[in-house]
Amino acid sequence: MVESNLSQMMASKQFATFTLNSLFLGVDVLKVQEVIRYQTMTRVPTAPAMVEGLINLRGQIITAIDLRLRLDLPPRPEDQLPMNVVIRTDDGALSLLVDEIGDVVEIADGSFERIPETVTGVVRDLVTGVYKLEGKLLLILDTEKAANLPMASALTLVSAKN
Amino acid sequence: MDDLIKEFLIESHENLDRLERDLVELEKDPHDKETLSSIFRTIHTLKGSAGFLGYGQLEAVSHVGENLLSRMRDGLLVINPDIAGALLATVDVVRRMLGEIESTGAPEERDYSELIHLLDRLKDGPGAQSEMAVVEAAPVAVAAPVAVAAPVAVAAPVAVAAPVAVAAPVAAAAPVAAAAPVAAAAPVAAAAPVAAAALVPVAAAAAAAPEHVEQRSSAASDSSIRVDVSLLDKLMNLVGELVLARNQVLQFTSQHADSAFAATAQRLNLITTELQGSAMKTRMQPIGNIWSKLPRVVRDLSASCGKEIRLEMEGRETELDKTIIEAIKDPLTHIVRNSVDHGIETPEVRLERGKAAEGCLKMRAFHEGGQVNIEIIDDGGGIDLERVKQKALQRGIISAEQASRMSDHEGLHLIFMPGFSTAEKITNVSGRGVGMDVVKTNIEKIGGTVDLQSQLGKGTTLKIKIPLTLAIIPALIVTSGGERFAIPQISLLELLRLEAVNVSQQIEFIHGAPVYRLRGKLLPLVYLNRELKLNKEGAVPAEEREVNIVVVQADGHPFGLVVDDINDTQEIVVKPLGKQLKGVGCFAGATIMGDGRVALILDVLGLAQQSRVVAEIHDRNSHLDSAVDARKPQDEKQTLLLFSAGQGTRMAIPLSMVARLEEFPRSSVEYSGGRPVVRYRGQILPLIKVAQYLPLVGEQAAEDQDAAMQVVVYSENGKSVGLVVGKIDDIVSEVITEKRHAYGNGILGSIVVQDQVTDLLDVHSVIRASDPSFNPGKGTPSAAA
Repeated sequence: MVESNLSQMMASKQFATFTLNSLFLGVDVLKVQEVIRYQTMTRVPTAPAMVEGLINLRGQIITAIDLRLRLDLPPRPEDQLPMNVVIRTDDGALSLLVDEIGDVVEIADGSFERIPETVTGVVRDLVTGVYKLEGKLLLILDTEKAANLPMASALTLVSAKN
Repeated sequence: MDDLIKEFLIESHENLDRLERDLVELEKDPHDKETLSSIFRTIHTLKGSAGFLGYGQLEAVSHVGENLLSRMRDGLLVINPDIAGALLATVDVVRRMLGEIESTGAPEERDYSELIHLLDRLKDGPGAQSEMAVVEAAPVAVAAPVAVAAPVAVAAPVAVAAPVAVAAPVAAAAPVAAAAPVAAAAPVAAAAPVAAAALVPVAAAAAAAPEHVEQRSSAASDSSIRVDVSLLDKLMNLVGELVLARNQVLQFTSQHADSAFAATAQRLNLITTELQGSAMKTRMQPIGNIWSKLPRVVRDLSASCGKEIRLEMEGRETELDKTIIEAIKDPLTHIVRNSVDHGIETPEVRLERGKAAEGCLKMRAFHEGGQVNIEIIDDGGGIDLERVKQKALQRGIISAEQASRMSDHEGLHLIFMPGFSTAEKITNVSGRGVGMDVVKTNIEKIGGTVDLQSQLGKGTTLKIKIPLTLAIIPALIVTSGGERFAIPQISLLELLRLEAVNVSQQIEFIHGAPVYRLRGKLLPLVYLNRELKLNKEGAVPAEEREVNIVVVQADGHPFGLVVDDINDTQEIVVKPLGKQLKGVGCFAGATIMGDGRVALILDVLGLAQQSRVVAEIHDRNSHLDSAVDARKPQDEKQTLLLFSAGQGTRMAIPLSMVARLEEFPRSSVEYSGGRPVVRYRGQILPLIKVAQYLPLVGEQAAEDQDAAMQVVVYSENGKSVGLVVGKIDDIVSEVITEKRHAYGNGILGSIVVQDQVTDLLDVHSVIRASDPSFNPGKGTPSAAA
């Protein structure tokens, strides 16, 4: 996917990538615990819509969050099963539901840029920056922020504000 | 941090706790040698360990404390409030130093000379000179009783490891000869002649030994070891996993008929259960561990409030899970402070009211029904209900109207509202308006409940009920809207099942809110599927099928939770929900079921709170008032069974009156007493051909002998009849607005359903016409429940 620049090996980072609607996103590979197929979920009634449900990951109960809804993107087509990207957060593991899993890419820091001011909405809040790859842009997701859902009661207020 | 220092810290904290308890004890009974020696030993151990580890200041402070104590032990001083205060202050200083060692590795350099001087001064006592003279000439007689304790005490610094070993009386009694030289080296024993110390213990220690053994048996056993709590937590987690795996295996067993496998599974089941119990026990601690701090709290507080209070404790050996112990520590202390500060009156007031000057604060703990009960009882002034209401009004917590409607019980519980305080003046102890609400929240957080009883002028009793453990709990598994939920057994009261045919009669509505009469009392009903917005399309509305009610209790209020199915009870392992779900109030956690899927654990309290907020209020917009509908809420949608009785006459029966729909071949019809009957579920079901009782237009259709009969089964009071109808068309659910009143003759009236005129069958009159002995609609509905 990308030619790792040997001269800049020292200052490079690895990202696990995935797609979400039209976005190409990545998270620091060290934050990723594992990637698993879609699992049957237990819905959590009355929870925010972006909480897809709970999955049993080898005896551990993990909350799955639909990253599309978290990022205010249109919902996934019904026939498309998402993938679980299980990430480590300060409060334990969390699954992010994404459309498709991409490769792990190694990128030099030099191609990093902050997200332009013109990007608005939730995406702006949750993306720390952009890597300019050949032919496309890789948005880096701030997993800790993504794990922090807006308060259930204030949900409407938050989306209204944005 | 060095392991040795860590051990020293753990041990010293324990010792300090005991020291505090003993000091307060000693104040009560100044001549209790046993306690005095225990205090002495403790502080001596501390000094020795501190010196060994090179904490000079700590050693110096404990040294002066020890000096003072040694004078007391020698019978030269008797404890008084000044001495007790100074010694407790020493405990505080030592505790602070330990805290500093723990956080920074070394105690900060501070000036403790004031405390040291104070202790020194106290040591010399009021009549210091003359007593000093006595010491010089210390006769054996005086030294003797003291020396009994000496060898034990002196052994302390040598055995740095634990007070356990130090206290072991048998060991101390045996090497008498060895003890003697050590005793001589100890500064304490300076006054006691070596010879006396060596001789006396032989007899005295022997006599004291059995007593010692009894008192210290728990501490003295060498068979216990220190285990890191995190290891126990891990063990508990693993046992939890094992319980889940066991549940899965057991579920698997039920699908296979292999007897060897079944036997193995059974064994696994037994062992797991036993292991679970044992693992649970490792985390159990007596509640006395947290109570030990309370005598000091009460002493300090009552002294500063000018009150005399006696603290009684009962059941300090009652065991609780460590996590729960931790969780109730602060709430308990708060309650005790409250009782001392607000509850118990000053001696003057008490005497005025004809009570003993000394107030009594009693703490009781005991096991009951898989829960731990803790009661805090004071014989103080009680809670003035009117004043509570006044305050709540002033602070805008309730309205005047609410105040007047409130029951006494509810009134008392106002003190648990946030921002509430009745204290006339704010003291440094309580009265800031944060407190009881936090107490209540904290206790509820661990699945406990708080109840309050108070009698003005007599006293107040606070009852706390908490579960034994949080990790693995028994729970009832229910299904609602296709999802499984676990309801913790602790909040369960009973289970009810209403047959479909009785539902419409037994579930009544008060302005849209469903209620059920449970033994004469109204039980508010909460439909779980509605509360959780689970309604799946196409599901039969809950009113028209049999109803399962789980009677649960939240905050002392019972209510009925209507669920689709009640599965079974299971031991479940409680797992917390992620922080993303913290805002969702209805769930207390999640668990993994036998099939590996996740099920949510209902938080009954949260559910009760939520359902009160979203109480259903329907508009009363419909005016149907026929006999059938009188029992139903007028604004509710009716679900009707549509059928044709013959010749295109469309008829309807409220589905609530239908027990079942059946199909019988005509060949199965037999006759009994000239009436058609069929054998049905081990009973004889009389058949009624509806068409015969209706004034139908035109001739009746010739019966097709090959087609099966469509029968609507109606049941009441255990008796059933079958209504033979022409053809069952549909089940519809709609609000009926247009209607025309009755004809009689088996028809209640006409309504418009799906834009077609439909006759409403008068089921009762048709049955009565056919069989007068069967008297439907007149029996007591509850009898069929």
